[in-house]
Amino acid sequence: MPDTQKLIEQAANVASSAEVLSNQASSLALQISQSISSDMAGGAPFFIMGLTVFVLACFVGYYVVWRVTPALHSPLMSITNAISSVIIVGALIAAGSEAFTFSKWIGFLAVILASVNIFGGFIVTRRMLQMFSKKKK
Amino acid sequence: MPITVSLFSYLVSAVCCIMALRGLSGPQTAQNGLRFGIGGMALAILTTLMLKDVNSYGLIVLGIFIGGSIGTVIALKIEMTALPQLVAAFHSLIGLAAVFIAGAVFHNPEIYGIGSTDNICVGSLIEMSLGVAIGAVTFTGSIIAFGKLQGIITGAPIIFKKQHLLNAALGAILALLVMVLCLTESAFVFWLIVVLSLALGVLIIIPIGGADMPVIVSMLNSYSGWAAAALGFTLQNNLLIIVGALVGASGAILSYIMCKGMNRSFFNVILGGFGGEVAADDMANHSNKPAKIGSAEDAAFILKNASSVIIVPGYGMAVAQAQHALREMADILKEEGVKVRYAIHPVAGRMPGHMNVLLAEANVPYEDVLELDEINRDFSQTDVAFVIGANDIVNPAAKKDPTSPIYGMPIFDVESSGTVMFIKRTLGSGYAGIDNELFFYDNTMMLLGDAKKMCDGIIKSFEN
Repeated sequence: MPDTQKLIEQAANVASSAEVLSNQASSLALQISQSISSDMAGGAPFFIMGLTVFVLACFVGYYVVWRVTPALHSPLMSITNAISSVIIVGALIAAGSEAFTFSKWIGFLAVILASVNIFGGFIVTRRMLQMFSKKKK
Repeated sequence: MPITVSLFSYLVSAVCCIMALRGLSGPQTAQNGLRFGIGGMALAILTTLMLKDVNSYGLIVLGIFIGGSIGTVIALKIEMTALPQLVAAFHSLIGLAAVFIAGAVFHNPEIYGIGSTDNICVGSLIEMSLGVAIGAVTFTGSIIAFGKLQGIITGAPIIFKKQHLLNAALGAILALLVMVLCLTESAFVFWLIVVLSLALGVLIIIPIGGADMPVIVSMLNSYSGWAAAALGFTLQNNLLIIVGALVGASGAILSYIMCKGMNRSFFNVILGGFGGEVAADDMANHSNKPAKIGSAEDAAFILKNASSVIIVPGYGMAVAQAQHALREMADILKEEGVKVRYAIHPVAGRMPGHMNVLLAEANVPYEDVLELDEINRDFSQTDVAFVIGANDIVNPAAKKDPTSPIYGMPIFDVESSGTVMFIKRTLGSGYAGIDNELFFYDNTMMLLGDAKKMCDGIIKSFEN
């Protein structure tokens, strides 16, 4: 009987320490998200982080692109063209703001231009790649 | 959507874009790569739409619908020969979009959370002006490239005195204006930067000859990437930075490959003035020596009795729409037991990999198409080198004549094969405007005429 009592006590202890741990974890997560968003607000800290990302991405790009077979260089150009339209993200924020400002209208124009590229770029790439793959049979 | 979640899905989207390029390492994985690319883009757009800053969807849906329909129609209708123009046109749109977005950020920085009007931090202003300048140069530069490729603007370089000085001065003024912008944040200065960059884009591209357009199209591809990356810094968005860097690197590598294919330095291309000049005195030298001119029947006879043939296609083949007739001819030869292969030069066609696409469109098997360094040694063991619509990439002047503008450019050693067949409309010079002494070699047979008609003629002779 006392054994059971002890076991229950221990279980309760474990439960409470787990709770403390989870509290700590959530406060840590909060801190991280806060530090990320505070970085987002201040210009300089983001610049260093962005630069880090930029340099690393250049290296990734360098190695990935050299592996592309020369026969597929045209599809490479059209797909990079399509994915560089990811700047539509910036246009969407402008076009999606509530107030009808100058920014909303040029944002709208930018959405149109980027969409031409996204659809056009991916579809042309698809057409080219189909030409390359149909001969496999 | 909490900010951490949106940042995370942007990261996933960036990885998708990397996987998209990774997929292009081979034709089997390429379709998968495309799926990754589309997935990544869709994720990026959906994530942005769920941000708390985006709360009116009417214009967005309308914009995507208008742009999407235009893009779809153009992409489905475009001829593969016109691919370089299309890509140039698409680059110009990216450039213009970047200008508009930077403009939106400048006039309403508060919706992007980087300060308020007239109170933007200096770092963002510099990044923004960089983005807007690269975007504007990409826009007008691509339009000029498009015009040259489409034939609206002359392919010959447009040169005037003190051109480089003017460009350098414009660059210096732009740098000065960026400083003024940081100090005053005046909208006038901002749009002045845009206008000057637009002018700079035109001035950079007009002195560059038509033959160098493959380099220019790749270079503008790279610029559109750097513009996206600069916007990424302004908007403090890692996705834009990563994708911009990828695209920038890709375009830069392609320009490097193209330059190497022509044995030109990048600066040499950028400074321009190449192509268009005709070496008239050289032509006079050779015209004493007669070129051997053959007919379709002669060609058919030699081809049928050959045991191996290497076809060297150039852009002229695509202009004459001869790729299907050529493939038909090659198929007949293969049935006869002749070994037929295709040799592609890095600068064949008008953009990187253009010729591969044109041949693939005509159902030429992927395995039969080989690159310069893979096949160049085989010409000496080949009976017939069949040059169709190409000129500069087989010009021996690249090896022999140090005064030639293409000296040092890697070329196909077609003259070491048994017979060189040269389909050409006239004995005139090539796209780069340089005379070719190969026409007058003893083992060269000129087949003068339209490439498509000549191929059809050879096929007809096979049948008789």
